[in-house]
Amino acid sequence: MTEWIDACATDDIDAEDLIRFDHGGATYAIYHAPDGDFFATAGKCTHEDVHLSNGLVMDYVIECPKHNGQFDYRTGEAKRAPVCVNLKTYPVKVEGGRVFIQVA
Amino acid sequence: MSKRDYSLLGPDGARAVATGLAAAEWYHTDVPRKEMKALMQRSDAPAIRDTLLLFGLMAGFAGIGIYLWPSWYSAPFWLAYGVLYGSASDSRWHEAGHGTAFKTPWMNNALYEVASFMIMRNSATWRWSHARHHTDTYIVGRDPEIAIMRPPAFAKLIAAFFGLPDVAAFFPRMLYNAFIGVHPSEKTFVPESEWPKVVRVARISTAIYAATFALALWMGSILPLMVIGLPRLYGAWHHVMTGLLQHGGLADNVIDHRLNSRTVYMNPVSRFIYWNMNYHVEHHMFPMVPYHALPRLHAAIKHDLPAPNTSIAQAFAEMWPALKRQLASEEYFLKRDLPATAKPYREDFHLAALGAAPAAAE
Repeated sequence: MTEWIDACATDDIDAEDLIRFDHGGATYAIYHAPDGDFFATAGKCTHEDVHLSNGLVMDYVIECPKHNGQFDYRTGEAKRAPVCVNLKTYPVKVEGGRVFIQVA
Repeated sequence: MSKRDYSLLGPDGARAVATGLAAAEWYHTDVPRKEMKALMQRSDAPAIRDTLLLFGLMAGFAGIGIYLWPSWYSAPFWLAYGVLYGSASDSRWHEAGHGTAFKTPWMNNALYEVASFMIMRNSATWRWSHARHHTDTYIVGRDPEIAIMRPPAFAKLIAAFFGLPDVAAFFPRMLYNAFIGVHPSEKTFVPESEWPKVVRVARISTAIYAATFALALWMGSILPLMVIGLPRLYGAWHHVMTGLLQHGGLADNVIDHRLNSRTVYMNPVSRFIYWNMNYHVEHHMFPMVPYHALPRLHAAIKHDLPAPNTSIAQAFAEMWPALKRQLASEEYFLKRDLPATAKPYREDFHLAALGAAPAAAE
């Protein structure tokens, strides 16, 4: 069963940045894209056990802070070594100035 | 601790995995997110400037060297060319491999491939080797880039200043990769999807060296090899000099970069050749910060780090006696004092993972 989780306020995340969001024993990354849209992915890099929240958002790419691997956070696609496995993404909606993510 | 086994397939590596010392969470100095974001920002301009300068100087020095060849008057120009070819290529390989030199990805990739060839590293293999070096910095049996093992092999260290161990290891491995495939030890850190690239890169390198060697034979002169290949020997000294200082004489099997890495203030010429990797604690703690921002990062976090060494000579004066003591005792390492403003070393982390008593140190 899936549910929408209230993750944060829209103004909790600067444009072209991300935050970490923990819920139900899992960790997620919530992104605020340069065009104003919001996205959500798994919170840790698929290469090693590293939180992406300390990484750098450049346009629609998140770069892992440990090894500089890159993902397109809109699709989860692995874009640059050493990451080879895509990042899991989650549906996002914005209502009343809040960001909700849909998790299993 | 028993005698160290640096093999990536050996018991020390297996123990590091079993105890959690491998792929552990490392200590980081607190830096406000806004400040860190500013430090991490990428830019093409500094690296374009430095790359044009580097290859412009190389072309100039090599051109004069060829013009004056075979006179001994060409020697200074070859020595200058050699340092840029055989040493600056190391730092360019490193920074472009991180993807932080330029903002534009293809520029990083292009510089990475050229620099990898010059420094005689398979660009596919070493990208993964260096990722492991950052995951498990100086974790015995896990880090494939430990420059000074314990006890130190001084003859090998001195030979390294002339590039001899690296070159002696490179050519057999290049031929192995080109004609047999990926080596079993490489398979421990290179994903299977990248194995064809390892072979392809090795075959391209083999073709270039074969063509250069054939040209030298045809000309009856080593001149082509003075341009391609030999500078990796006669110009290696600078990257070895600076590289040994990165971790030499410091702790291993720890998960706090302040214990196993060294920051050294250097002259501007060495910093250009080394591309600011003298700020090595800073680089390991925050590898996303580009080389041109490392001085600013240093200023931001130095309150939490051991005092930097004040020069290359002063750093060697600190390191060399420690290496000599490691001949008698593998457990010895330099443990630098932290300033009063710093958070204490997180020795509880790695000691718990090792399940061992504290190592001897002073």
